[in-house]
Amino acid sequence: MAGTIKKLLIANRGEIAVRIIRAARDLGIATVQVHSEADAESRAVQMADEAVDIGPPQAAKSYLNVEAILNAAKKTGADAIHPGYGFLAENADFADAVVAAGLIFVGPSGDTIRLMGDKAAARKEAKKAQVPTVPGSDGVINGMEVAASQAEAIGFPVMIKAAAGGGGRGIRVAQDAAEFSALAPQASSEAKAAFGDGGVYVEKVIERARHIEVQVLGDGEDVVHFYERECSLQRRRQKVWEEAPSAALPEAVRDSLCTAAVALAKAVRYKGAGTVEFLYDDESGQFYFIEMNTRIQVEHPVTEMICGVDLVAEMIAIAGGEKLRLRQEEIRRHGHAIEVRLNAEDPANNFMPFPGIVGALAVPSGPGVRFDHMLYPGYAVPPFYDSLLGKLIVWAEDRESALRRLERALSELQVSGLPTTAPLFRALLESEELRASSVHTRWLEPWLENNIDLIRQKGGAGA
Amino acid sequence: MANHEVKSPIPGTFYRKPAPDQPPYKEVGDQVVKGDTLGLVEVMKTFHEVRADADGTLAAFPIEDAEPVMAGQTIAELD
Repeated sequence: MAGTIKKLLIANRGEIAVRIIRAARDLGIATVQVHSEADAESRAVQMADEAVDIGPPQAAKSYLNVEAILNAAKKTGADAIHPGYGFLAENADFADAVVAAGLIFVGPSGDTIRLMGDKAAARKEAKKAQVPTVPGSDGVINGMEVAASQAEAIGFPVMIKAAAGGGGRGIRVAQDAAEFSALAPQASSEAKAAFGDGGVYVEKVIERARHIEVQVLGDGEDVVHFYERECSLQRRRQKVWEEAPSAALPEAVRDSLCTAAVALAKAVRYKGAGTVEFLYDDESGQFYFIEMNTRIQVEHPVTEMICGVDLVAEMIAIAGGEKLRLRQEEIRRHGHAIEVRLNAEDPANNFMPFPGIVGALAVPSGPGVRFDHMLYPGYAVPPFYDSLLGKLIVWAEDRESALRRLERALSELQVSGLPTTAPLFRALLESEELRASSVHTRWLEPWLENNIDLIRQKGGAGA
Repeated sequence: MANHEVKSPIPGTFYRKPAPDQPPYKEVGDQVVKGDTLGLVEVMKTFHEVRADADGTLAAFPIEDAEPVMAGQTIAELD
């Protein structure tokens, strides 16, 4: 049952396109996969009911080509478009264009995306909803002198962030006033070049924080949460390992964190799947809102594993006009899930991306194991898009068992023909600090520098 | 026929400019010294410089800016 949607067009590629096709099929909805010339042989194209070539390999000419995507929808008679993550997923003008074309956008309204996409406006919205925010400037900074005194008052080090940024992009760190006056104008002109908007705001740097985020689902009136994920293991601000629940949260903090996320989503009458991201300071027990992502996230499966829900199906159902199918008290979490991101990168060689042809492939399975991916033997990984090949997700009754199961699943995984990040995870499983979840967002990078030999050694086994 | 061909070591998207709003690294007719950056190849969202592996005069760019490139494909010809 998915309301009015009969045929869904997937405006994305890779593993998330495969994931969306599966959810649609489970709901009895037909699928149209749009693809670039470089993705004609992709697994999503093979799986979908119909496929439409929308242009050359470069994303700007295909997956970001709004006109080509809308034409494909018209040609195939699709009545809804799922944007996945990345590409046009958080492009408010695209959401508006889909609706203007008489189609359903699987996600929130263009206005909600616009509001949350302006990170400074989102901070204001969070404050209004009584959600704690990182100490920082009140919105976008006006004039460098005022900003410098604000930064002084907040206390160095501070981050200078692009209002139109997000996903870890457009961020500078200033250690003192001198650095701030050098970096702030630079950050602003860079933001203007990268995002077409030079607005920047200032936030205090929380030195040792965990990244914890709450999954929400709204139908435009009511909002429910599906507890939190912890994504503290990051390299260059990109997540590499995610867990649900967080091993660090006391139950009382978890309650107020989830309540805060729901309050913010309700305040903006949120519709669809979204994630409210926080920094959590272990020592003080404080959490701070950083941003809201108005899309399905890469790491959504860990939440699905502990809550027993298909979030992608739920967001399609909501887009089709259904009300929330679950009440908060029906949403229970059980056990522990871990996801690791398998990228086409060589962790022993500074994570050099390495497109290539997949040779032998052994997919892990068995109890509590899920592998969301887009691989098949002979598949030529194109060089034009991000390096994510798939996500290995495990579930078990408790974290200790989940770590053991991850080790088992990684031992079953084999992807030959190109380097992957699998050796990194085999190496990480030997870290006592990670086993104890004694980590923060800046833990992984120094660990990588100190453990390069261990990673090399773990790379010997093939994948 | 060019005396020397500079090839991309990796597949991806070839760019002649360091950023969209900046001028190209080199134009046809420019003198090139071994080690000069001739362009960028974007592979999986990371950028790698392609440098000249010989001296010479830039004779041609057989590939357009922002077009796909294969590993081993010629990106510049030197005379």
